[in-house]
Amino acid sequence: MSNQAQAAPLLRVNDIHVYYGAIHAIKGISLEVHENEIVTLIGANGAGKSTTLNTIAGLLRPRQGTIEMGGAPIQGVSASKMVFRGLALCPEGRRIFQQMTVRENLEMGAYSRPASEIDASLTEMFQRFPRLKEREKQIAGTLSGGEQQMLAMARALMSKPKLLMLDEPSMGLAPILVEQIFDIVTELHQSGVTILLVEQNAQMALRVADRAYVMETGVITMQGDAEALLHNDAVQKAYLGS
Amino acid sequence: MTKEKRKRLIYSLVTYLLVIAAFIFLQSMIANKTISRSLKGQLVPICCWIVMAVSLNLVVGISGELSLGHAGFMSVGAYTGAVVSGWLLNGFDVQDTTLRLVLAIVAGGLFSGIVGALIGIPVLRLRGDYLAIVTLAFGEIIRSLVNVFYVGTADGKLHFSFLQKNMPDAVTMLVDGAKGAVKVKPISTFTAGFILVLITLVVVLNLINSRAGRAIKACRDNRIAAESMGVNVTKYKMMAFVTAAVLAGMAGALYGLNSSTVVPSQFTFNQSINVLVFVVLGGLGNVLGSIISAAFLTILPEMLRAFADYRMLVYAVVLILVMIFTNNPTIRSWVNRLTAPLRKKEKTGGDAQ
Ligand SMILES: Nc1ncnc2c1ncn2[C@@H]1O[C@H](COP(=O)(O)OP(=O)(O)O)[C@@H](O)[C@H]1O
Ligand SMILES: [Mg+2]
Repeated sequence: MSNQAQAAPLLRVNDIHVYYGAIHAIKGISLEVHENEIVTLIGANGAGKSTTLNTIAGLLRPRQGTIEMGGAPIQGVSASKMVFRGLALCPEGRRIFQQMTVRENLEMGAYSRPASEIDASLTEMFQRFPRLKEREKQIAGTLSGGEQQMLAMARALMSKPKLLMLDEPSMGLAPILVEQIFDIVTELHQSGVTILLVEQNAQMALRVADRAYVMETGVITMQGDAEALLHNDAVQKAYLGS
Repeated sequence: MTKEKRKRLIYSLVTYLLVIAAFIFLQSMIANKTISRSLKGQLVPICCWIVMAVSLNLVVGISGELSLGHAGFMSVGAYTGAVVSGWLLNGFDVQDTTLRLVLAIVAGGLFSGIVGALIGIPVLRLRGDYLAIVTLAFGEIIRSLVNVFYVGTADGKLHFSFLQKNMPDAVTMLVDGAKGAVKVKPISTFTAGFILVLITLVVVLNLINSRAGRAIKACRDNRIAAESMGVNVTKYKMMAFVTAAVLAGMAGALYGLNSSTVVPSQFTFNQSINVLVFVVLGGLGNVLGSIISAAFLTILPEMLRAFADYRMLVYAVVLILVMIFTNNPTIRSWVNRLTAPLRKKEKTGGDAQ
């Protein structure tokens, strides 16, 4: 454990401040994600979780602070270049390409990669998500909510990212589907994908994660081992409803 | 993949073949002298409106940006074309009409493309429907500008001004303010129009089916997701918008050189909306649909001559009926049921859905 902490983290966010015009949404956040970890960022609606992820992904610019990926600064790199640095964002609200087929969505996911490698990755994705294989030629906009979420995750994986960032994958899904999504997250982790998971569903997120950060109105209020936070009184009161 | 690719290939082939067949058919009608005078006069405009509709479809249907000033690009092309052709004739005594026409069309496309890039660079970086507002303003601004613009040629040199008195004495006027482009030698031909339509199809269909085309559609469907996949959204939106501007400029040059004057009132907001109607009626993203609706709706007012004063009323009614017929789910399922036996034969043993 201490050895891992010594190694340079895959992602290091250092004291970033993000504004929407005059609104100070992120007030000095620092976090780290190491290789092969699942780290979760939990917090209530409006805490600033999506803002943090979108800033890491280059969709927003921090006014202050640094973001490093494998030791190289990436703040200021445009969002469309991030995928070449090994970062994939699966944005909030299942932003799939509605008018394209499932397969075309997945192919778009591998947009940054040479065409010769796409077929192998497609086969792999269809193995991991058999539901998507069945619906390969279906227009993505006609998929159910859970299927769309799977597609969004599979599409993000098609870029072979070093770090996969998931923004509330369980949002708006029935409990049974939430279970499925978290199973997939666990499987991905076991197969060696590093994940930064943003969730409002603290219970589930803390169960699958190694470490966790708790966010409240733009700052991190608690951090540490996920297991420990799951049993922490303050966390239980605020986020686990008990 | 191969199946989808084949489907797209067939669609492209059908489109080309229909256009070529229509051209051959119309040419033979011209040779036999069985074509009506009014239709013959419409041939070049039909080609121009087809190019306008297909290029606008690239912006509205494929790229998903609303543009309300497509006629503005047409007018840029029309004026540029008229000036270039007049300049070549008066300044350099170029008598070869084909050469003049080709150079005028190229210049019209080039100039319109530059204007498109100037508009696109600031606007397409923004998120939201700013393009609609800016293109709307652009169309009106261009119209007001050419209303007070003077271009003349003397000794092979071009002279421009917003003031008539700045023109030298021994000048041949090419663009005369509110009178528009004057004394234009009509040199456009149906063959040139047909070639321009083919060029447009090659450019647009290839773009749509390319990797870039996929990226453009991804930006339309979801900008943030496309960005996260590594697509440079501004670049691809620009690619679609500027390509459309170039094609509209070329269509404009051909249109302008089809008559002896070009006046600002030919390229109003109404014309932009008309082209948008062609696109919507033909189906967003459907190139063949744009061609058919542009051709049909260009001829329609002529065919409705008999209704005299009620012509535009009937035109509107026809528009509404076509919309209902192509979009109503009940009628669609009817048509599907009626054509089902035909399609079954094609498939032989394919599954029901
Ligand atoms: N586009 C925006 N413009 C202005 N304020 C925003 C915008 N997006 C989010 N915010 C504000 O920033 C704060 C954090 O939002 P967000 O990151 O979406 O929270 P979370 O993902 O944790 O629910 C909220 O107060 C929200 O109102
Ligand atoms: Mg959020």
